Amino acid sequence: MTEIAHGTVIVQSGEAVLPRWWRTVDRVTIGCVLALFSIGILLGFASSPPLALENGQPPFLYVTRQAIFGAMALFVMFAVSMMRPVLVRRLSTIGFAAALAALILLPVLGTDHGTGAVRWFSLGVADVQPSEMMKPVFVVVIAWLMAASTEVAGPPGKTISLMLTVLIVGLLAIQPDFGQSALILFAWCVIYFVAGAPMLIVIGVGAAILGAGAVAYSNSEHFARRIDGFLNPDLDPTSQLARAGEAIRNGGVFGAGPGEGSVIWHLSDAHTDFIISVAAEEYGLVLVLVIIGLFATIALRAFFRLMRERDPFIRLAGAGLASLLALQAFINLGVAVRLLPAKGMTLPFVSYGGSSLIATGLTVGMLLCLTRVRPQGEIRDYLVGRGRG
Amino acid sequence: MTARVPLRPLPRILRAREEGQNPDRIERENLARRHQADRDRLRVRAESRLLMLAMCFFAAFLTVGMRMASLAASEPEEPVIASRGSALLGLRADITDRNGRVLATNLNIHSLYSHPYLVVDPEAAALGLSEIFPDLSAEAALEDLTSESNFVWLRDNLSPEQEQAVHDLGEPGLLFGDREMRLYPNGALAAHILGGARFGREDVDFAEIIGVAGVEAEHDAFLRDPANNGAPLRLSLDLTIQAAVEEVLAGGMEMMQAQGASAVLMDIDTGEIIAMASLPDFDPNARPLPAEGVRPEETPIFNRAVQGVYELGSVFKLFTVAQALDIGLVNPSTMINTERPYIVTRERINDFHYYGPEQSVHDVIVHSSNIGTARIAAMIGPERMQGFLRDLGLADALPLEMVEAGSARPLWPNPWREISTATVAYGHGIAVTPVHLAAAYATVLGGGTRVTPTLIAQDTPPAPGPRVVSEEVSAVMRGMLADVVTEGTATMAQEAGYPVGGKTGTADIVLADGSGYAEDRNRTTFASVFPALDPQYVLITTLEEPWVEIAGNVERTAGYTAVPVGTAIIRRVGPLLGLRPEIEPVAGTRLSSASN
Repeated sequence: MTEIAHGTVIVQSGEAVLPRWWRTVDRVTIGCVLALFSIGILLGFASSPPLALENGQPPFLYVTRQAIFGAMALFVMFAVSMMRPVLVRRLSTIGFAAALAALILLPVLGTDHGTGAVRWFSLGVADVQPSEMMKPVFVVVIAWLMAASTEVAGPPGKTISLMLTVLIVGLLAIQPDFGQSALILFAWCVIYFVAGAPMLIVIGVGAAILGAGAVAYSNSEHFARRIDGFLNPDLDPTSQLARAGEAIRNGGVFGAGPGEGSVIWHLSDAHTDFIISVAAEEYGLVLVLVIIGLFATIALRAFFRLMRERDPFIRLAGAGLASLLALQAFINLGVAVRLLPAKGMTLPFVSYGGSSLIATGLTVGMLLCLTRVRPQGEIRDYLVGRGRG
Repeated sequence: MTARVPLRPLPRILRAREEGQNPDRIERENLARRHQADRDRLRVRAESRLLMLAMCFFAAFLTVGMRMASLAASEPEEPVIASRGSALLGLRADITDRNGRVLATNLNIHSLYSHPYLVVDPEAAALGLSEIFPDLSAEAALEDLTSESNFVWLRDNLSPEQEQAVHDLGEPGLLFGDREMRLYPNGALAAHILGGARFGREDVDFAEIIGVAGVEAEHDAFLRDPANNGAPLRLSLDLTIQAAVEEVLAGGMEMMQAQGASAVLMDIDTGEIIAMASLPDFDPNARPLPAEGVRPEETPIFNRAVQGVYELGSVFKLFTVAQALDIGLVNPSTMINTERPYIVTRERINDFHYYGPEQSVHDVIVHSSNIGTARIAAMIGPERMQGFLRDLGLADALPLEMVEAGSARPLWPNPWREISTATVAYGHGIAVTPVHLAAAYATVLGGGTRVTPTLIAQDTPPAPGPRVVSEEVSAVMRGMLADVVTEGTATMAQEAGYPVGGKTGTADIVLADGSGYAEDRNRTTFASVFPALDPQYVLITTLEEPWVEIAGNVERTAGYTAVPVGTAIIRRVGPLLGLRPEIEPVAGTRLSSASN
């Protein structure tokens, strides 16, 4: 009886794990994720053979690999989504410690794959990018700290979380990996914002980010070159950005048709950062809008479900994870249409890449876990009021 | 109500203490209520913040989606048939000579492009195209014709024969676009003056023609201006005379084994350039591209008459003597000390031939005495000398209507030292173009008022420029130059068939790296006016590194090289200019000592 009194959803004790999971999980989001993943495989058939042939591999090697990584990612996603939030938090804390250690060791043991940025551990079979794994567990830990600080006489969670953020952003910036550090910083800001940051500070942080951008622009050639390329309206027609834009243009509304695209032969990052231009050229605006719609659906559904959430930790962690995913997708898409400066960022679930895929699976798994329907004590709102004086 | 839970419920605690109960329970309960209240407040705030976040992301995704849609809806940048009637319209005006004969005009031709999706048999078409265009391989053509884009340029312009051959392939995917091509019907004639043109912005049915050099570039805006209604640009050149000058100059250059040559024929009163040639030349219909690693002055597109800034040597003596006469420092019979050597600040000035310790001013010119000229220059002084050269237009870039003219500034000694006054007096240490020299000669010898060179036909004689020397000095100088031909360094010019006055100049070529002068490599100049005593035309003939063997001796001086070539030009163009021969040609060549 107590259960009924506290929640609108009846929680039957002794209900089997899977039926309860199916009943409470956000099935629409799962559908969206599966759709995105399928689109990724479909585009992989078009975009990855040039690279595979260049490397002397069978043409569909990368598609096969992507499918294997995808299966692993989906497994991680489903497994995590079945956990209890407390378990997610605990595992994340352990994961966070591991990822932090990995990041610190990166300058010593990492490899740069000739890109000038030390981001990977080479593990023989596959390369692991610790910063990818860091993002979801970081969000959970930060959310936990922030939530704890809202307890009466709780720990100074906000200060600690800010210090951790600064540390990690610093570690990422020395790789250098400004994209990931921006995501980390953004995630912290979102969590702090949802946790109730004073508006003055919100504005102040916005100004500080602009200032940091200016400093990075004047001090880092890597960074400045990208910004200059963005501000310059005359694109070299052989540059990646110009080719990507041209591909979108060529595709039109319905696309040139599967296998008819030419962008894959000119874009070295067609299978990763510029996968959306492959989608646009071969399948047209229709598929692009579908992809955008799927990401928007995942993010907006998560936000609306979290608005009902009573537990501060779950609310903050969920908001952070959803924002992380949505922002990464937005940056990737925005670069392709030149709304944003060129920044190497993968399109979650669609782009090729093992670390990215598994990390995204982890992110969405946590998000699914946190947005599961739980008793929210809503009846109390009607009986006692909603905290307004 | 849950809001405003007190920090500590003191009344209740006090009451509980009085009643002997444990106040901790009350405190704990109060804490729980405060906690609950905080959470509720935070949750309400979080609700609105989450909504804001959701809206932000929605707006972001909407922006990306709309941007994608606008990109996808925009036209690919390749030209399409529908763009007919764009701004690329209008004819480029013709360029004619002073008599209206065409120097540059347009020809209607076609370009060749393809819509690969219309191509029926790409293999056959590619093979056919490769046979029509020898520089197009069948593989490259096939790649173009099977490309996935829906528009491919194949050729900018086709000759009528090529066009017919492409027609005969019968391939519906090969299409023709209208083109106008700039045509120079006289080939290399006046190539440097006309310059050349290229296609600018291209459309399927039209391509802009842009002048790239010469008057085509200088008058580009005029030639393209539709408001002129196709009125041609009339140059001061005379096609016939230009052809004659080029022909004779080429022959002379070959005979003198010269590396280059130039000739400038100018109307002495109006400054109009009647003919101007620079050799080697090129065909403006296929203007050569500047080659890598070759200095610009070594390519045929270099205009020696306008761009070549050269030390021209003794031809400058005219200016020194004219100024001295004009100021009144000397008269033609004033004796000048020509003892050798003449030493100016440790530099030794010498003469080619020694004519005794004293010569008259007249003889200084006729015998081309460096020492005598330098001594006259010392009387004038550097300030007055510089002012005079400036008045002659020898300090500034040419005001000629060609893009190349603006970049050819005379080179003056910098700094101007005492020795500079002496060397500039006989044309060393100062470099100007042949056209500069022509204008300065026209000024001094044509009556004394400043003459400005021009390439545009003048319908009315331009107003006389500012006076530089007096009429009398001008007449005296004409007489002296006539005597240079009859008894001085340019006696070969008596063969012209017309009375000619002139001055020779032989200068060592300045090495390309500027380190000094080349041995045995001269630039020889014959600056002449004709008819000698009532001159109507100035002719400057310059040869680069000429040499000729006469009676077993290799001669390199102007008297043996530039003078006979200049004379041959006058002999040839005199009748064309309508001049009446005034002296009978003397049988046989009277050889006399010729020097610089």
